[in-house]
Amino acid sequence: MTDRSQPVTANEPDVLRVEGVTVALGGRTILEDVAFAIAPGSFTGLIGSNGAGKTTLLRVILGLQRPGRGRVVVAGDAGNRRNRSIGYVPQKVLLDPDMPMRARDLIGLGLDGHRFGIPMPSKTRTSLVDEMLAAVDAERFANARVGILSGGEQQRVLIAHALISRPRLLLLDEPLANLDLRSGQEIIGLLHRIATEHHIAVLLSAHEMNPLLPVMDRVVYLAGGRAAAGTTDEVIRTEVLSGLYGHPVEVLHIHDRVLVIAGPGYPDAARLAAEGAGIELG
Amino acid sequence: MFSGFMTNTWVVATVVAALAGVVGFFVVLRGSAFPAHAIPNGAFAGAAAANLLGLNALLGLGVFAVFAALGIGTLGRRGRHDVVTALALVLMLALGALFLSRSTEYEPAIYALLFGEVLGVSTTELLPVAFLAVVCIAAIVFMYRPLTLSSVVPEIAEARGVRSHRMEIAFLVVLAVATAMTVPVVGALLIFSLMIGPPAAARSFTDRPPVAIILSMAIALATVWAAIASSYASNWPIGFFVGTMSAFAYGIGRAWAAWRRSRRPATRL
Ligand SMILES: Nc1ncnc2c1ncn2[C@@H]1O[C@H](COP(=O)(O)OP(=O)(O)O)[C@@H](O)[C@H]1O
Ligand SMILES: [Mg+2]
Repeated sequence: MTDRSQPVTANEPDVLRVEGVTVALGGRTILEDVAFAIAPGSFTGLIGSNGAGKTTLLRVILGLQRPGRGRVVVAGDAGNRRNRSIGYVPQKVLLDPDMPMRARDLIGLGLDGHRFGIPMPSKTRTSLVDEMLAAVDAERFANARVGILSGGEQQRVLIAHALISRPRLLLLDEPLANLDLRSGQEIIGLLHRIATEHHIAVLLSAHEMNPLLPVMDRVVYLAGGRAAAGTTDEVIRTEVLSGLYGHPVEVLHIHDRVLVIAGPGYPDAARLAAEGAGIELG
Repeated sequence: MFSGFMTNTWVVATVVAALAGVVGFFVVLRGSAFPAHAIPNGAFAGAAAANLLGLNALLGLGVFAVFAALGIGTLGRRGRHDVVTALALVLMLALGALFLSRSTEYEPAIYALLFGEVLGVSTTELLPVAFLAVVCIAAIVFMYRPLTLSSVVPEIAEARGVRSHRMEIAFLVVLAVATAMTVPVVGALLIFSLMIGPPAAARSFTDRPPVAIILSMAIALATVWAAIASSYASNWPIGFFVGTMSAFAYGIGRAWAAWRRSRRPATRL
């Protein structure tokens, strides 16, 4: 991949603008008036507990879910020709271990899998796949069946699959959910490198923000259907999150970790705690 | 066994096996084994109906199979179509029971539709079968990449603008046409084996999709040729040989994969 590393300039247009997006599903409002923007090459964490609407928001951005109100502007184009400029790694990908497909085959599908016809082997194609394998440190298992790879290895392959079409924005839905701490750290490091070196903006959803704190440029915090966006210092604050949850919560900084703690009586405190976003106070 | 009547059988069986090998690769990849079983079985009712009306059996098979595929594809949601498939099968079998009870056809003809008949192919069927096979293969070649993408990572395919649902329906129609034309040769109950055994066996021998498709075709061809020869020599039903040989090929594939793993545990091929 060509190195397009350059400083993020303020006057470069945003790769993504979400403007007042409201989504109702099954008669229930899932997202309400969500707005934020993503600058080229930046790293944004989309934080929210289970059921907060992270996947729904990513589906709106991908054009798979129409918002009831508001709009999404991708790389300056509000139409639906956004598919090529966004790479996507979905939340649950089940790859059959018996499927005859190597890691490199799946990555190659990222290049032209949406086009009709059969893929023609070519030098350019092979070298592009090799380049992607190197970019995600996957050369070691390039020729292994994707289905038998570990969760972290599959995650790398899926990232390469998303990157090979050279998107300007990479969406990842809870890529850390099924990984141990160490594999999670590796994936975060890899994504950070991709964002800075290749100037590809990353929007990553997670229910735990702590592993992301060192790399996040900005955070979009989802709770109660609404979103607060900004830098972590701007968003992860007692006043902001209390407003979002509609209930007093406390933000504690313990060493280099952040804990969001619900005040007494918060109906969903158990969930908040279970998701690792915080623990309940008395 | 290569003369007269038999020439037609050899030609049609070869075409049908090659097609089953290719379509079967996607049947196994997508986990569509149940529709691949239900469509030809239900389409059997179409043959019975055609019989009753004095029409060509292949026409009845094709019409029923395509309607079944459209029904399953349209009503099934997000790749989950086991319930609609079962209901489509039940509905068509019910119709089949009715048509058969009205039919004046002699029993062996029905038996042949179910289990296959080596001499069941007439010259007039050669051209339509060859034509449909070419159409099916062309459709698979055309759909190859998006069909693969939507089979392996459906959410990503959707995000890239592949209409998964349309892809599903298109594939089921190809599957219907491919299975319907196979019925007269190997029989409604056993086509399924030709669509599953060879591609499933092929997966054990290679990790590359295109190689797996070619291997799947080769195994299907070998199975069908050996089955015709055995059936001719023994006078046992061809369906018996197709079914057992397909399962046998799969068994060899599994044994090979196990042996390879035991020999080189560290490397993954
Ligand atoms: N198709 C749907 N119909 C009705 N409700 C839905 C649908 N999809 C998701 N939801 C609801 O929307 C909420 C947000 O879901 P989701 O975006 O998947 O959350 P997250 O990804 O943050 O865990 C959940 O409460 C879920 O039950
Ligand atoms: Mg989710």
